[in-house]
Amino acid sequence: MQTSHDTPAGAHVHRPVEELESVVIRFAGDSGDGMQLAGDEFSKAVASSGHDFATHPDYPSEIRAPVGTLFGVSGYQLQFSSHEVFTSGDAADVLVAMNPAALRVNLADVKYGGMVIVNTGAFTESNLVKAGYATSPLDDDSLAHYRVFPIDITAQTTNALRESGLSKKEVARCRNYFALGLMLWLYHRPLEDEIADIERKFAKAPELAAANVQALRAGYNYGDTTELFPVTYDVKPAPILPGVYRSVTGNQATALGFVAASELTGLRLFLGSYPITPASDILHTLAALRHFDVTTFQAEDEIAGICSAIGASFGGALGLTTTSGPGMALKTEAIGLAVMTELPLVIVNVQRGGPSTGLPTKIEQSDLLQAVFGRNGECPVPVIAARSPADCFDCALEAVRLATQYMTPVILLSDGGIANSSEPWRVPAVADLPELTVTFRTDPANYHVYDRNDRLARAWVRPGTPGMEHRIGGLEKDAVTGDLSGDPRNHQRMVELRAAKVAGIAHDLPPLAIHGSPSGDLLVVSWGSTWGAVAQAVERAVADGLAVGHVHLRHLNPFPSELGAVLRQYRQVLVPELNLGQLALLLRARYLVDVLQLDKVQGRPFKVSEIHDRIRELVR
Amino acid sequence: MIHITTGPVQLSKKDFVTDQDVRWCPGCGDYAILSQIQKLLPTLGIAKENFAFVSGIGCSSRFPYYVDTYGMHTIHGRAPAIASGLKIARPDLSVWVVTGDGDALAIGGNHFIHVMRRNVDLKVILLNNQIYGLTKGQFSPTSEFGKKTKTTPLGSIDHPFSPVSLAIAAGATFAARTVDSDLEHMGGVLKQAALHKGTAFVEIYQNCVTFNDGAYDFLTDRDTRDDVQLRLEHGRPLVFGKARDKAIRFRDAVPEVVTLGQGGVTEADLPVHDAHAESSGTAFLLSLLAAPVFPVPMGVFRSVAAPTYEALDEELRASARARSGRGRLEQLLGSGTTWTIE
Repeated sequence: MQTSHDTPAGAHVHRPVEELESVVIRFAGDSGDGMQLAGDEFSKAVASSGHDFATHPDYPSEIRAPVGTLFGVSGYQLQFSSHEVFTSGDAADVLVAMNPAALRVNLADVKYGGMVIVNTGAFTESNLVKAGYATSPLDDDSLAHYRVFPIDITAQTTNALRESGLSKKEVARCRNYFALGLMLWLYHRPLEDEIADIERKFAKAPELAAANVQALRAGYNYGDTTELFPVTYDVKPAPILPGVYRSVTGNQATALGFVAASELTGLRLFLGSYPITPASDILHTLAALRHFDVTTFQAEDEIAGICSAIGASFGGALGLTTTSGPGMALKTEAIGLAVMTELPLVIVNVQRGGPSTGLPTKIEQSDLLQAVFGRNGECPVPVIAARSPADCFDCALEAVRLATQYMTPVILLSDGGIANSSEPWRVPAVADLPELTVTFRTDPANYHVYDRNDRLARAWVRPGTPGMEHRIGGLEKDAVTGDLSGDPRNHQRMVELRAAKVAGIAHDLPPLAIHGSPSGDLLVVSWGSTWGAVAQAVERAVADGLAVGHVHLRHLNPFPSELGAVLRQYRQVLVPELNLGQLALLLRARYLVDVLQLDKVQGRPFKVSEIHDRIRELVR
Repeated sequence: MIHITTGPVQLSKKDFVTDQDVRWCPGCGDYAILSQIQKLLPTLGIAKENFAFVSGIGCSSRFPYYVDTYGMHTIHGRAPAIASGLKIARPDLSVWVVTGDGDALAIGGNHFIHVMRRNVDLKVILLNNQIYGLTKGQFSPTSEFGKKTKTTPLGSIDHPFSPVSLAIAAGATFAARTVDSDLEHMGGVLKQAALHKGTAFVEIYQNCVTFNDGAYDFLTDRDTRDDVQLRLEHGRPLVFGKARDKAIRFRDAVPEVVTLGQGGVTEADLPVHDAHAESSGTAFLLSLLAAPVFPVPMGVFRSVAAPTYEALDEELRASARARSGRGRLEQLLGSGTTWTIE
């Protein structure tokens, strides 16, 4: 594994290797410490050696919060394993804390007996004060429950880069690579891929590339040559379906899904969007893909974002707008226009903590009712939600299928958790992607704007088609001719048609998969990113011998047609949600089934144990 | 990019008249504007199906229903944004925005300035009647200070702004003003707007017979109009008055009215209107002239050539394709760091 230049000859210390099934690591430091990068790079390293993994970046909304403060702490947790991974892990086996604040904020999430690697170089008096420590936790017994590894990462990095000619500030920026090198050593991961990656990343600044490689090697060699660590750890690769894999975040997968939809349909993708956390990365990704049939339009506001997309859809393009909760609130009137004009459009809401500005960088699922109902008038919109980073790709394709087949706006819900988290994604062959065909009507014979097919969808007619000139708009129209109509019966008919069109989607969905027990004591229903924790908790409950089932809902409006019958197969129904019970409310209203809630609104995802514990309380 | 009809099809005004009943108040200025535009469209050499009219909300925004081509009557204030998306996605269409003073300048003010700065090739026609008509008579962003309306029974304390000033300040490459009752002038200005490549803004003073009747009488009255209007003509001096003896001159950017032959002023001393000037400074100063101290400038303030947004977007796309080749999905999906599980 090591080459001669990685380890000075003779300095290698022999020590036992312990084999583990899963490991949860959390990197934490100041928001300027490069912890997101360290975590990201570590996950790439474990991915390429065939582990399954899941990540959870957790960072403040301030770009560079004051150094050393509690609110400036940025963390990145990842779990990698020799079996399937559903979440980034409940509690960390290892915490890498780059300063006292990082230690204080994250210690509660470390397992008792877990490893705590601290950068002692940052444990200065002023940093301790900023973190609210009266005395250094390294000097009292407050860390007695953990295995503490004090390392002066600051000094070690500075020493390693003494000859680099870099400024003090630039040297300080290399500390994350020291920490990364150390962790790669501890878990038996090779350095070569990472070195190649650094050289690519810093191709324009070879002196920084060299320094970061040096810091990486210094961290690696530090672990290898000191006797600080009595054992190292190995995690065997996971039994994963053969294929080519890459790592994707939810936002990347969302962007790729819409490009795929554009290529499959032959429609130009038009994204009208206004930057907002945590959705902006979709815009960034698509902005760099203009060599596809992609146009991105950074609009003057959220409203112009969706309105430009509606204009593009009217023109026969694939209209898309991306946002997060507050932006969604601004777009609601325009969504109504798309419903009324029956134009295809996809609205992506990467949910974050609310209400109002709320917790911009944190995870929450509290925009479900907004998505389903948040408009004036009877205004039905299909709503789907992605369950994991890679699932965003499939959901983007599904959103486009519904939008173009049913001539309707579709809301795709993602969230701040899966948007920035990553997981391995088996790269699909283009030939295996679902079929997506769009046809424009060009035959003017007997054309009426609101003629409908058997799905109740009207025809899509591009401006520029001779003989089919027509006007659409937000005022109610005659059910056939599309002329303005204030007729009372016509309005009722149109309201019912629009509702029936969306409701009809329920019969056009794949069968609902039930995991675990097909009937029995408890059904746990998940939606969106709670999928991972619920799946794992139910797996555990089933292993405990309990009659518990799990259903995950991708389609939230309308619900799959068999859902009501499935709910009635169980004595109890539990819905864990990152809100105060929004899906629970919908299920009760729709199916008159008593639904138990497990609500969490802490800006954090569920732990598997939280759901498993609740299951154990309900089923004995 | 505009599709030119080369075949024998000769369009006429009636090709652009829909079968819908026009529902404006009898005597509304909108009728004349609709008729002028319906007359203009067949002269542009563009196939009937290659036009699209987009509007927001308000009396003027009913416009698309009456023009027999593609149209969209959208939501309040948002027509410029919707039209921008349409035009960028479909540069082959001739896209027109019809809006009003409330629609464009109050609820839609943000979209208005941003469409001007981007120079999307849209024709933005603002029907300015200085009042809210569809909601039955409240003051608008162009109503005069002190105006008594249903919401300002004691007189308005809002200062109006000039749509042309706003457009020029926001970077409009074409800005003009005309009035509904002068069909010939309106026709000429609209034609120049239609031929402009880029955002062409036309403010049309439009009389609301119901809620603000006579707002422009001072300007259009046959006996006085030559004394209160300053006709802007490119390459001609800024002369006005029935006797064509008065003129506008700027001293240190401060305008003044001078009389030819008085104080030694001759036509040779007068500035010549340059609508194509690179700097928008003089056009902006002209847009500030207002009654009663100054004559009201009518005509094309500014008309300069600049690349359109959609042409620049197409250039970006072409250069991205030239650099990386036409994107291939297979390649994109498998990009970045990949690894193979056997």
